[in-house]
Amino acid sequence: MNWRSIRAIALKDFKEVRQNKAAWVPALVVPMVFALIIPLAFTLLPQLIPAADVAKEMGDMQDLIVRLPPTIQEIFATKSLEQGFVIYMTAFLFAPMFLIMPLMFSSIVGSDSFVGERERKTMEALLYTPASDGTLFMGKILASVVPAILLSWITYALYIVVVNAASWPLFGHIWFPLPTWWPLMFWLTPAISLLGMSATVLISSRVKTFMEAYQLTGSLVILVLALVVGQLSGVLYLGVFSTLAIGTLVWVVDAALIYVGVGTFNRTNLIAKI
Amino acid sequence: MGTNMESIIEIKDLHRTFGDIRAVDGLTFDIQPGEVFGLLGPNGAGKTTTVRLLNGILPPSSGTVRVFGLNPSERGEQVRKKTGVLTEASSLYERLSARENLEFYGTLAEISEESLGSRVQEMLEFFELETRAGDKVETYSKGMKQRLALARALLHQPPLLFLDEPTSGLDPEAAQQVNTLIESLSHKGQTIVMCTHNLIEAERLCDRVAVMNKGHALALGSLSDLSRKLWPAIWVDVKFWEAPSTLQLEAVKKFPGAKQVEAGTDSLSVRLESKESIPAFVHHLVGSGASILSINPRAHSLEDIYFAIQNGRKMSNELEIHTRHRIEGLQGGTPE
Repeated sequence: MNWRSIRAIALKDFKEVRQNKAAWVPALVVPMVFALIIPLAFTLLPQLIPAADVAKEMGDMQDLIVRLPPTIQEIFATKSLEQGFVIYMTAFLFAPMFLIMPLMFSSIVGSDSFVGERERKTMEALLYTPASDGTLFMGKILASVVPAILLSWITYALYIVVVNAASWPLFGHIWFPLPTWWPLMFWLTPAISLLGMSATVLISSRVKTFMEAYQLTGSLVILVLALVVGQLSGVLYLGVFSTLAIGTLVWVVDAALIYVGVGTFNRTNLIAKI
Repeated sequence: MGTNMESIIEIKDLHRTFGDIRAVDGLTFDIQPGEVFGLLGPNGAGKTTTVRLLNGILPPSSGTVRVFGLNPSERGEQVRKKTGVLTEASSLYERLSARENLEFYGTLAEISEESLGSRVQEMLEFFELETRAGDKVETYSKGMKQRLALARALLHQPPLLFLDEPTSGLDPEAAQQVNTLIESLSHKGQTIVMCTHNLIEAERLCDRVAVMNKGHALALGSLSDLSRKLWPAIWVDVKFWEAPSTLQLEAVKKFPGAKQVEAGTDSLSVRLESKESIPAFVHHLVGSGASILSINPRAHSLEDIYFAIQNGRKMSNELEIHTRHRIEGLQGGTPE
């Protein structure tokens, strides 16, 4: 594989997506909502509404907190009602929602890269270049996965700043992120980015337009919502160990999907779909 | 197939099927360096599939292909480093500028980083695109896009160039610009394989053509070769300064190679048995004392040849047009 060509393909695909507002505007709006609006709402709410109402809410939340592992319950034991509300909402309940971003961004760029190229009739000239099938495939993977991971990490950084700043009056010190967030950010997020992309590769061979591919890969959000519901119901809790385990499982699925994708990503198959 | 070691392309009994469809069916030819070779035929004739097979984009179902002595389906990357392809659709990145398009393809063609910038600039200037080089390609006219696509195909200075319908969809002015460029490349010794529907262009640009239909090469050769094979006899039109005498006309009719004579008041049309008879006929005419103003052999255009071949194929599954015409000739028919 030729890394100079891989880099050129990745940069070209990214430049192309940047020119497609319909693709990147939603991909930027969601991180802004996640990094600014939601943490502000969760942290300012208990500081603005009467403490009694927060206590009432926390009364309902006690049912959820008792389902958490004992080590996590200890965090809440030493905190006030308002602090407990902020910690539960920003550090636990909302955590899996962050996985929507890498999934969404990698499937947007992946759909534009794999299907959009065919839709815009630019694939044929690309196939006539000396770049090997492996180089083309790797370039397109990097075009979708690297920006998805970077965008997610930037959003995490913003989220950390906003949560700590907005909850400073309640805590008086930097308390976030909790240790459970590290595997979420650096193990599960890259795995989910790759999942979005590898699913796009498989879907791309069966659809004709960017929108079709994007909508189909969008259905993977159900997996993330399942994690949210699991966390809410106490069935699945995203702790350090469980996040590492789920991440490992996703990496294995990624490897399997990429293995199948590489098998189908060759010039003979690609030219047949032009 | 020629066994010439210098052949850039050698194809022998090449087949490519897609299910029940035979896209390429028993193709055999070779192409020499510096040659402009035309693949002619209607849609679905197998021209584009042939180009894809020659570039290793598709593997053949059977038969052998060698490009620069390499098997494209095994050494596609090496082959494609030496080929440039102008695809039928311009296949340009419309959201990027001309410069970005060329820099991208130049990188993939493995032009060194040091020389890429200057080579791109050279191509932009050569194709008169430098003033709009930073504009998005979507703002370009069709002719500009085609020039840019041609620049992309030539960027890495490939010894072999494939042009798939190079003037398709262009207005006459843009088509003429592209044809002039192809002609200048040809004069510089560039080997070109050109797929086209445009017979006038092919006649102007190609040294040899293969007339294809449903994956078969119905005929292959230069314009004069094909013309001679299709119409062995040739009509020669003679104009006289003064009307010829009866004696002189009789002398013409007695010329051994003359198959048919049509006389006007101050002109004469003679069907000779072959092109090779012309010098002897002229000598004979001069010897008869006729005052000659002009002598013109009637040439067949590529269009005549193409339709004769395509129509001939429709009449019989196996093309033996020249045989059929010869038979008609023997029977006193008029192939023309």
